[in-house]
Amino acid sequence: MDLELVFLAVPTLAKGLWLTALLTVTSVAIGFTLGLALAVMRLSKNRAMSSFAKGYSTVFRGTPLLVQLFLIYYGLGQLSFVRDNPVLWWVIGDGAHCAVLALALNTAAYTSEILRGGLMSIPGGLVEAAQACGMSRLLRFRRITFPLAIRQALPAYGNELVLVVKGTSLASTITVLEITGHAKRLMSQTYAILEIFAIAGVLYLLINLILITLVRLLEAHLTRYLPR
Amino acid sequence: MDLGFWQVWEGGWISAILRGAAITIALGMASMVFGAVIGVGCGLIKWARVFPLTLVVDFYTSIVRGVPELLIIYLLFFSSVEFVAKVAAAFGYEGLAGNGYAFTIAVVAIAAISGAYSTEVVRGALAAIPNGHIEAARALGIPGRRIFRRIIAPQMLRIAVPGMNNVWQTTIKDTALVSVVGLQELMRAAFVGAGSTRNPFIFYFIAALVYLAITLVSQGGFDWIERLLRPRTRK
Repeated sequence: MDLELVFLAVPTLAKGLWLTALLTVTSVAIGFTLGLALAVMRLSKNRAMSSFAKGYSTVFRGTPLLVQLFLIYYGLGQLSFVRDNPVLWWVIGDGAHCAVLALALNTAAYTSEILRGGLMSIPGGLVEAAQACGMSRLLRFRRITFPLAIRQALPAYGNELVLVVKGTSLASTITVLEITGHAKRLMSQTYAILEIFAIAGVLYLLINLILITLVRLLEAHLTRYLPR
Repeated sequence: MDLGFWQVWEGGWISAILRGAAITIALGMASMVFGAVIGVGCGLIKWARVFPLTLVVDFYTSIVRGVPELLIIYLLFFSSVEFVAKVAAAFGYEGLAGNGYAFTIAVVAIAAISGAYSTEVVRGALAAIPNGHIEAARALGIPGRRIFRRIIAPQMLRIAVPGMNNVWQTTIKDTALVSVVGLQELMRAAFVGAGSTRNPFIFYFIAALVYLAITLVSQGGFDWIERLLRPRTRK
């Protein structure tokens, strides 16, 4: 491998690394909140709420992320009321903002399915006991339901985080220069395709490794009552 | 507000999109078949821990599942362009044979991705077969090959169906990524239409509906297969 090329490629791709991380963190933060709300809605007794949550997850999980991204970036920009509204235009007018929006809406759908599984796994007796103790609905959710659900859902959520990291690469198709965007540009400039792929791939694997390790640590922390 | 519904109808874009959808489905199915073949091979290697090969399979699955699909597609397309051009020139063809070439590389790329996920599904399915079944077959003196054919393979297939459904759903969605390197599939047809009529909203909306139709219909198909394969137990 050409050493000069490595000196050229590594700093450029590292610049993209920061943006990839930023896109991931922002969209996961928004997506988790939305996903939690959707999971609760899905399990509510209100028919309208639960069918909205079900429809949302079917639509967002049934279409490719690329279509969602293009629909938001190119499609919504065409609508005049979006262009005339300064707040909406701030969201849609910029590639990175669009990417965050698309990724957050997409991961919210998958997160809601994962959390729904976690919420459904909670034994009814625990909730009834909390009710018998006179806990309010919110306190019950905070102290009993949510901690147990998240413990159950964490391994699956770790996989979803990796998918979000991989999803950020699609931002490169709407002019956002994160790792894949820089990598594509370098590939067409230097023709050193395998080398650039290897460096970019190592960066992605590194991010994923860090994320998975964090999730494992959190899991170990949450299940510390179990005998080792 | 004019979104260009009429333009889509008048300009014959509907048939372009449907042709694209046909290519998407063909690409998805071809990649899924090759991916399943890779998955069964690699899954068996991973399950049986065939020594040097299992390391290769581990390397393959962890790379493909950890690196963005788009990057893998760029790698395969850009690195093959030059090579294919050289081969074509050696045989006296000038210029690449357009879509046929793009389709082949797309199948290779998507099958490689789908194969990595199938490997994990197959390995999981094999691990879920109760050990006692295999031991019982051995105790009866059934030869190894027949144990595989009669005990392991049928159970593996049945257990793997839900997982394979998930892999198929991701595979069909991953085919959209190939549009960025120019294969005329559904997403590319929508992109071209959006560009030339300047009505991106309606085109991507139609594309989303078509993808949704494909995934919903195939979901129904998989549910049917699952019901078909469910073991019939005595009540």
